[in-house]
Amino acid sequence: MSDHVIGAQPGNAQLEVSGISVTFDGFRAINNLSFAIGPAELRAVIGPNGAGKTTFMDIVTGKTRPDEGRVLWGETHQNLLKMNEAQIARAGIGRKFQKPTVFEDQSVTDNLMMALKANRSPFSVLVWKAGAKDRARVEEIAAQVGLADQLPRKAGELSHGQKQWLEIGMLLAQEPRLLLVDEPAAGMTLAEREQTTALLVDLAKTRAVVVVEHDMEFVRRLNCKVTVLHEGSVLAEGTLDHVTADQRVIEVYLGR
Amino acid sequence: MKPGFLAKNPSVMWFLLILAIFTLGVTFLSHAYGPGVISTSMVKTLGKTLCLCLIAIAMDLVWGYTGILSLGHFAFFGLGGYMIGMWLMYERTRDIVLSSAGSFPMTPQEVNDAIGTQIFGVVGGSELPAIWTFAGNLPMQLLFVVLVPGLLALIFGWLAFRSRVTGVYLSILTQAMTLALSLYLFQNESGLRGNNGLSGLQNIPGVSAGQDQLSVWFLWASAVALGLGYIAAAFIVSGKFGSVIRGIRDDEARVRFLGYSVEGYKLFVFTLTAVIAAIAGALYYPQAGIINPGEMAPIASIYLAVWVAIGGRGRLYGAVMGAAFVSIVSSWFTGGRVPDIPLGFYTIQWVDWWQVLLGLAFVLVTLLAPKGLSGIVDLLEGIRSPDRHGDPLGPDQGSLQQKEAQE
Repeated sequence: MSDHVIGAQPGNAQLEVSGISVTFDGFRAINNLSFAIGPAELRAVIGPNGAGKTTFMDIVTGKTRPDEGRVLWGETHQNLLKMNEAQIARAGIGRKFQKPTVFEDQSVTDNLMMALKANRSPFSVLVWKAGAKDRARVEEIAAQVGLADQLPRKAGELSHGQKQWLEIGMLLAQEPRLLLVDEPAAGMTLAEREQTTALLVDLAKTRAVVVVEHDMEFVRRLNCKVTVLHEGSVLAEGTLDHVTADQRVIEVYLGR
Repeated sequence: MKPGFLAKNPSVMWFLLILAIFTLGVTFLSHAYGPGVISTSMVKTLGKTLCLCLIAIAMDLVWGYTGILSLGHFAFFGLGGYMIGMWLMYERTRDIVLSSAGSFPMTPQEVNDAIGTQIFGVVGGSELPAIWTFAGNLPMQLLFVVLVPGLLALIFGWLAFRSRVTGVYLSILTQAMTLALSLYLFQNESGLRGNNGLSGLQNIPGVSAGQDQLSVWFLWASAVALGLGYIAAAFIVSGKFGSVIRGIRDDEARVRFLGYSVEGYKLFVFTLTAVIAAIAGALYYPQAGIINPGEMAPIASIYLAVWVAIGGRGRLYGAVMGAAFVSIVSSWFTGGRVPDIPLGFYTIQWVDWWQVLLGLAFVLVTLLAPKGLSGIVDLLEGIRSPDRHGDPLGPDQGSLQQKEAQE
């Protein structure tokens, strides 16, 4: 079986990162990294601590600027390096953080309403009113992530797992075309992990999903192409079986 | 299923009711419209207090809801006062010049020169500076009340927020702004009479009514402005806009990743609250009668933060309670009506010691009752704080603390 069949072909990639490097105080966190993902693809990114997984996500979402390289987005090859975090988010890139970050002082409904895809400018937000459609959408998403009966509750009162789900729900409400998910399985029970896997696989049917994960069992269940990062660049890429058979991968990551 | 504006903001009804009762009560106890139980100077003090409540609402919007600890909003308050003060002083001086000229015909140039000499004689000048070009034009000066502070806030905020200055550094920057403005106005060359400021603002040109009546009219104007300000603020914080700015207060990075331009929202709130502060100032100084650059000293803006903190930030009625309580108690203590306490070896004179008491109250409120005075309302309504084992509600510096939150 060829590994390249499931990967994105150059030219029709949703996100194309080429030759990026970034240095923090002399430490090269990302070293000539290239990465591409198709418009409807699930991809797992694994790698030991300090491999540059989070920095990679920071660059794609605009939090960190690379010293060199290109990051192109969508059919029109928009240059993401010229955009700020909010513009990138509006372009359709959603990010799920490792630690659940929801607005704890606000209700589940408010959290979801805020994330709902709509005009983001201050003036239109000021006069925005939730229509019947918006409320139905919020209820639908809440049901999808199992929070249907928690809508009026403050997000801060939810359990850790529920907060993870709320954040995933907020991502769904944003309707992104690329989802960056940082360790979604952290702090989840086995049943919740299975639910998460199913949701991510389902989402990847209509959009690009990048999952950063430590947990090998979880990655295996995702059953997708895997990119292994090491010292800021791609060490290996292919199916999980392919990369786990790679001698270099075993040395730096799996062999310990 | 779809709650109305008032249902979502029960405090608005209560607030307007209390405000109406208060204003009516003062009116019918005043000299002009009642038995005179409340002296005219007291009516003025109460009217000024309403203006301070209005700027406290602005401060609560910018600090309590958006998490920007601005220590410069009194600069906008003062600027609003200066803008209306220019018209008041110009028009009154013109009336004096014309009446003293009697039947002598004067050319417009002569009238202008005479006004210039009258107003600027005190700082050794006789020319009306260029910024007084529209001083005789009430609609223009009213426009300036909104425009000048609004533009200053827009430019300052754009520079500060664009560079992502936050937390303590932003507070210091706003302090520097108000200090610079105050020092500039202290100069005679600023064209606003230096440290003399503008005076005689209590006389409204073209109005023959006495101070007894005027004081009540201004009380009403201040009450209307405060009521409208409260409704506007409640509208802003109750919708999605409120969600976004509270999100910015607690975790602005997260708001950014949702696609909201955090800088744009901060600039919007900063400028809007500057305009509210300016309107409050434009109503305050005709009641105070005099404005000088000392009013814009950094300490005034710090007091503003203290009022909001004592009242309880993050709730509109908290800000109003804090401003009203502190400024009324303050005028009681500093008015010399509180008996001194002789300790034998030392006599506590409240005019001096009031500041110490206020500072102590601030420290105690911050430590023991972070909800401030609005905690009383919580107690009555049975609202409790969540038990978060001391965790604040977000990672940012301005984020709501556990004790300030509602369960």
